[in-house]
Order: sequence, then C-alpha cells, then structure tokens
Amino acid sequence: MLAYYFDLAVHSLKRHRVLTALMVLAIAMGIGASMTTLTVLHVLSGDPLPQRSGSIYYPQIDPRNLVDYSPKVEPPEQLTWVDGMYLLHARRAVRQALMTGGMVPLQPAQSAIDPFQAAALYTSSDFFPMFNVPFKYGTGWGEAEDAGKVRVAVISSALNDKLFGGKNSVGQMLRLQETAFRIIGVLGDWHPNPHFYEWYMGGYDSDEDVYLPLTTARDLKMEHDGSTDCWGNSGGDPDHLETVNCTWLQFWVQLDTPASVADYKRFLEHYSQDQHRAGRFLRPPNVRLRSLMQWLDYLKMVPSDARLQVWLSLGFLAVCLINTVGLMLAKFMRRSTELSVRRALGASRRALFGQLLMESGVIGLLGGAGGLLLALLGLWLIRQQPADYADLARMDISMLLTTLLIAVLASLIAGLLPAWRACRVAPALQLKGN
Amino acid sequence: MEIRPIVASLKKHRIPTLLIVLQIALACAVLCNAVFMIGGRVRQMRLANAIDEQGLVSVSLQGTDPKLIASDTQRNLAALRSIAGVQAVSVVHTLPLTNNNWGWSFGITPDSSVTDQKNTNVTLYFVGQGSQRALGLRLLEGRYFSDSEYVDNAIAGGALPNTHLVVITQALGKQLWPGQSALGKTLYSKPNYYTVVGVVADVLRPRLWSDNRKSYYSAFFPVGADDVLRTYVLRGAPADRDRILREAIDALQTANPQAVVKGVTFQAIRDKYYADTNSMVWILVLVCAVMLAVTAFGIVGLTSFWVGQRRRQIGIRRAVGATRADILRYFRTENFLLSSAGVVLGMIMAYGVNLYLMKQYELERMPWYYLPAGALALWLIGQLAVSGPAMRAAAVPPVVATQPA
Repeated sequence: MLAYYFDLAVHSLKRHRVLTALMVLAIAMGIGASMTTLTVLHVLSGDPLPQRSGSIYYPQIDPRNLVDYSPKVEPPEQLTWVDGMYLLHARRAVRQALMTGGMVPLQPAQSAIDPFQAAALYTSSDFFPMFNVPFKYGTGWGEAEDAGKVRVAVISSALNDKLFGGKNSVGQMLRLQETAFRIIGVLGDWHPNPHFYEWYMGGYDSDEDVYLPLTTARDLKMEHDGSTDCWGNSGGDPDHLETVNCTWLQFWVQLDTPASVADYKRFLEHYSQDQHRAGRFLRPPNVRLRSLMQWLDYLKMVPSDARLQVWLSLGFLAVCLINTVGLMLAKFMRRSTELSVRRALGASRRALFGQLLMESGVIGLLGGAGGLLLALLGLWLIRQQPADYADLARMDISMLLTTLLIAVLASLIAGLLPAWRACRVAPALQLKGN
Repeated sequence: MEIRPIVASLKKHRIPTLLIVLQIALACAVLCNAVFMIGGRVRQMRLANAIDEQGLVSVSLQGTDPKLIASDTQRNLAALRSIAGVQAVSVVHTLPLTNNNWGWSFGITPDSSVTDQKNTNVTLYFVGQGSQRALGLRLLEGRYFSDSEYVDNAIAGGALPNTHLVVITQALGKQLWPGQSALGKTLYSKPNYYTVVGVVADVLRPRLWSDNRKSYYSAFFPVGADDVLRTYVLRGAPADRDRILREAIDALQTANPQAVVKGVTFQAIRDKYYADTNSMVWILVLVCAVMLAVTAFGIVGLTSFWVGQRRRQIGIRRAVGATRADILRYFRTENFLLSSAGVVLGMIMAYGVNLYLMKQYELERMPWYYLPAGALALWLIGQLAVSGPAMRAAAVPPVVATQPA
C-alpha cells in the first residue's frame, strides 16, 4: 500500500519537475540554514562535563564596599585571595579547587623550537579529581605540593606531542619563566567545551598547555591573566594580589547531594556574616551557589551572535515552509480533475489524502537530504571562520537525525492543508467539463 | 484601475492569498531586522582610526628579565631602527583592536575616585618616546610629550602612571568638557591627576563599545622604560611592511634568544578583530538574499497557478474588449494589493521582533526608515516576480473564450 503511494508520489513529482525542484530547494535551504545554526548552538551550549556537571557548583560571595551598593546587585564573578584561600582550606565540600589562568613564557630545551607563550592554569590539587581529568601518563599533584609550593607541572597531551613527540615525559624538566619545573603528569583527551572553569582566556577551544600549583605560581610571581576587579583605592598590583581588595580567582566545589548544597550555601552565608561583623565585608551577606550549567547560563557563555543566527534562520525556515505550502497547494489544486476522476472510480477521500501526504513526505525527504548537504556545507564554512568556537562546529549523529526528522515533519505539516483542500473535490464534478 | 473585482477574486482564494501575505510579512520582518544588524556591524567596521594603520607593524616581546628592561628596551629600539625602510620606532603597551584593554575611570573634579558612577571609562595607552611618529597620531591641539617627560618605571606594577601629563582624543575631550577646549584641563582619579597637554584625532580602543562614540575614549600617557612596555611598533611604507615585520622579528629574537617574540602587521590585527563581525555580516547578507529569492519564487509559483486556473476568464475578458495591458495591469495590481497587506503586517512584525531583540540581546532600536525601506524592497520583488506569469496571462488569446473549458 505504502509502496504504491510512494510510486504514485514519485510519478506525480516527476511530471512537474520545476515545481518539485522549487519545493525541494525551498525546504532544503530552510532546513540547511536552520540546522547549521542549531548545530552551532547545540555545540556551544553543550555540557562540558556530562557525567559530573550536576554536582559541580560555583560559589560567589560579595566582599566589596558600599559604593554602588544595592540589595539586588550580583556578587562579583570571582574571589579575592583571602576568601579563596579560606574557602579552599575550610574543605566544606567533597572537593574544591581555586584557580586562575595566565600566560607563561616556555623555554624548550630543544633548540629546534623557539620559546613561546604557553597558556597556563594555576590551580590547586583537587582540580584533577574533581573534574575527572583523564591522565595519559603520571598523575596530578597533591595537597603536599600545594602547601610546599613545589615546582611541578602537569602538561597537556598537545604540549607533550610538541615537546616530547608524544613519549612519556613524566620526570622530565620544563623551563617556565626561567624556572625549572618537573613534569609529573601528562593529560589524556581533555577538551571541555565550553571552557567552563576559566572563561576569561576564551570561552571555547582554549585548552591550557600547562597546569601548575597556584601557590607555586604566586611564589614565582607568574603573570595572572583574565580579569582583576578592584574596589576602594586598591590597584591591581600584580606583585601583591594576595592582599589587595581585588577579585581575580575562580573557585569550584563538588557537592554530591541536595543537602550538602544547602549546607554549603549556609556556610557561605555564615562566613559572609562573620566577615561583615568583623568589618571586612561592608555589605550584608550576598551569596550565590550556582550549578555548573546555571553558571554558564548566567555568564551568557554562548555568543549572542549564535543565538541571533538561530532566530534568523528559523524565520527563514518559516518563510520557506509557507512558500512550500503555497506551491503544494497550487500543485494539488491543479490536479483537481485527476483527483475527482479517481474519486469517481472509487478512491476514498482517506486514500487520496494519504497519497497526497506521501507526496509531501517524499518532498520533505528530498528536501531534508538536500538540507543536510547544505548544513554540512554551512558547517564547513563556519569552520573556516576565525571565531574561537569555529572548530567545534561539527554535525553529530543526533543532529543529523534531527535534521531529517524536522525536514519530513515540516513538509508533512506543509502538505496537510493543501492535501485536505485538494481531496475535498466532489467525485466526478470536475468530469463534467471534459 | 478598479480594485473591487480583484478583491472579490482574492476572497474566493482565501488560503493562497493568506499564504502569500504571510510569506511577504515574514520576509519583511526578517529582512528589516537583518539589514539593521548588517548596518550596525558595517558601521562599526568602518570606524575611522587616526593612526597609520597601513604602515604599522607590531612585535611583542615576552619573557625577558623585568630588571633589565631599561637597557633591553634601548638595545631593542636601536636594533629595530637599523632595519632598512623603517621611518619611526617606539614601544607601547597595547594597540587599538588587540582586545588587550587597560581601562580606568576618570572624573573632572578633584574628589573623583575610580568607582564613581558618573566617571568616564577610558582606555589607557602607555606610550614610549617617539610614539607620536611611530603610530602616526594626528595632533589637533596643544602639544605631544617632550623627551624629558617619559619617566622610567612610571607604572612600576601599579594601575596608573605616577606622572601628571596626558594627551587625549578629541572624542574624549568632547565627552568630558563639551563645548570647551580640553587643553589645560585635568583628569582626576584620587589620588592621581593628569593635565591635558594635547588633543589628537580619534584613536580606537583595544576593544570597541556598542556605542560607537565610546569606542574613542582613549588617553595617552608618557612612560619611559617599564615592564609593561613590551610591544614594539615600527612604521614604514605600506609596501615594505611585510619585510619590515620579518626583519623585526629576527632582530628581536637574535637580541633576546630566550624571549617569546610575536609579530603582526596592524592590518592583521584589524582583520582578526573584525573577523567574527565580518563573517556574521556575510551570513546575514546570504540569508537575506536567499530568503528574497525564495519569496520571489513562491510568488511566481502561485501566480502561475492562478493564471493557469483563470485562462478561460482571461480569454473571455480579452474577447469582450480588454487589452493585453489591462490583463497585465490586473495581475500587477493584484500583486501590489497582496504585497501591501504583507508589508503592513510585516512592518508590525519587524517592529515586534526588534523590541524582542532589544530586550534579549541589547540591540539598539531600529530607526523608523528601515521599515518603509524593507516594505519598498518587497514591493519591488513582488512586482518583479509577478512580471513573468502576468506576461503569460496577457498572452492568452481571446479565442480561448470560445473553447470548451
């Protein structure tokens, strides 16, 4: 039955090649444009830690003075050294890590490679277990190294490939800013996108080359990059960041149960209250504890251009679909004579409706296939762009199936009205004229 | 032309009529907003920047010993000066459009502090000797700095220089002291203060603001050897700049083997800064063009269908005396009515979409003239699209009236 309908549809579509081509093209372009932009959005708003993100939280407190104070104001995005160190050492969460990014000059021992600026993350030991960071060789460091400001480094697998040809480099020395560091670990495949834990150095595709203990980096006065927000009369003197009134550190905690989340929030409030009473925080307690995904949402990590493009392409898809409805209507109505003959010969309205819908479905399938090709082309074009997320714009299986599904559904919906109108012809009424 | 028969005929074809109107309306709404976004971005890319962009090359040097910065800087500048074709050399801490912004808020009264809300956020450009020539700054009023005013370690790890002179852009002067000359006035941020000795033509900031005027709030501070001055700028003829860049990188890497040397032409800095904007503009242009094409084909398709349906009626009209021009005019007028209904609806939708985007994405309000411009575009496209089918309709011979349907 369906095969017969399909044959009929193909036959009818072949009869009006230009009209068919117009409809297929309209659907293909609408689907192609929307799937390109939706895929980009899908990639950009993805979950960087699929297994863990539900138990990762970002605490915020408000240590600022009363300038520009209002009760509804959001706390700063980062912590001061004093607060960060207190929260880190308080160990009220399952795991916690304090961090900031920076660029550090790397002087390779191999003379063939020129010195270069390596992207670095200065962090504390829990970073690796908390985010489930995979290691290819060696391990991360522990609390002893944090406390002792030991000169150890974990490097990315890309840097390991570049400097050591991918061999196990654990135990080798690495010269950073004229200081020797011992490599204790080489990361495996670790490219969280968005780059959620440190977003000032670039939100996407911005993996670090080296990971160093925060305490060691401060000890060596390594340059911290990103944002330093100060208040009062503090300048952001890079040599005294431990004491100034500036926020410049990111702090993440792992909290596994709703009860521990509530506990942690209370702990932040008590801490703020104590500091307020002691006169260090001039504002009343103002804390937030957002989960990882909420935090990304709050930061508006997804570039607004990407969202705008989605809206634009959906508008475009709507134009294409309305266009297809119109063309299909024209096509079906033109066949009133044929349809009424078939009605007169005994075809039920239902059967005609089914046949016409099958025709729309075939158009949708063709349009979807075309749209898929256009979307692949669109994504390829986006990958040629210099935006930092450009390289991530790739179609995955789920988006591929979504594309085809949306195309067929859209064209079926577009076919509903024309098919319904067309099969309302009275049997044989149209025959009279001929 | 009598429009009543046209309206009567359209009423008999409610669904196709509605579809065309809806399609034109949607196309109009998307078009107005897309063109508005394109306009804003193109305006931003075209902002003038009063430095010698074409002849400028920059080479940054990282990872050298901060204690040796004074002697290193002198040695590096000398090495760069000896490159053939170099007209001027200097060292600065950042350049326009590099995203590396050092901002600070200043007021115009002595009690202003950095956190005051009413202050103006300004980009600080710390510049070394010879920077006016090297960057190609155009002095409009007053003077630039004299050699003795560049103080070594003026920043020394702080946020502001411990000097008291500044040269500002014209736009900043106008913002701070509207209607007055900025010369001799003072910028304050407790406890620092800076007297304006010169005004230069508008130089862009390292990062642009959505309000184009604010993108010019730049101030130049004279600084001698200091750890923050690590970007060397060289100016030469545009034809020489690629060679100058290569030789400058070599010269600095030879002089500082352990340092990280990175060089780039200013043209490349500009291209990189605007790359995203540029690709967004192309995407928008492409979507608009394809959407208009789809709309036009839709009109062609539906009108062709109508012409086919009405062949007999057209023949009758021709037989009773209508000229070809009458038939042509009939379909043109019909399309004009449909387009008009479409663009009226479309302009309302365009306005609504703009309101939504303003709320969600901090877009500006769309100037009113985008609406009639979009309407005009769709009217034209409608008339263009209807030409073919209308011509075919006009070609229907009167004899059709006598043939059985």
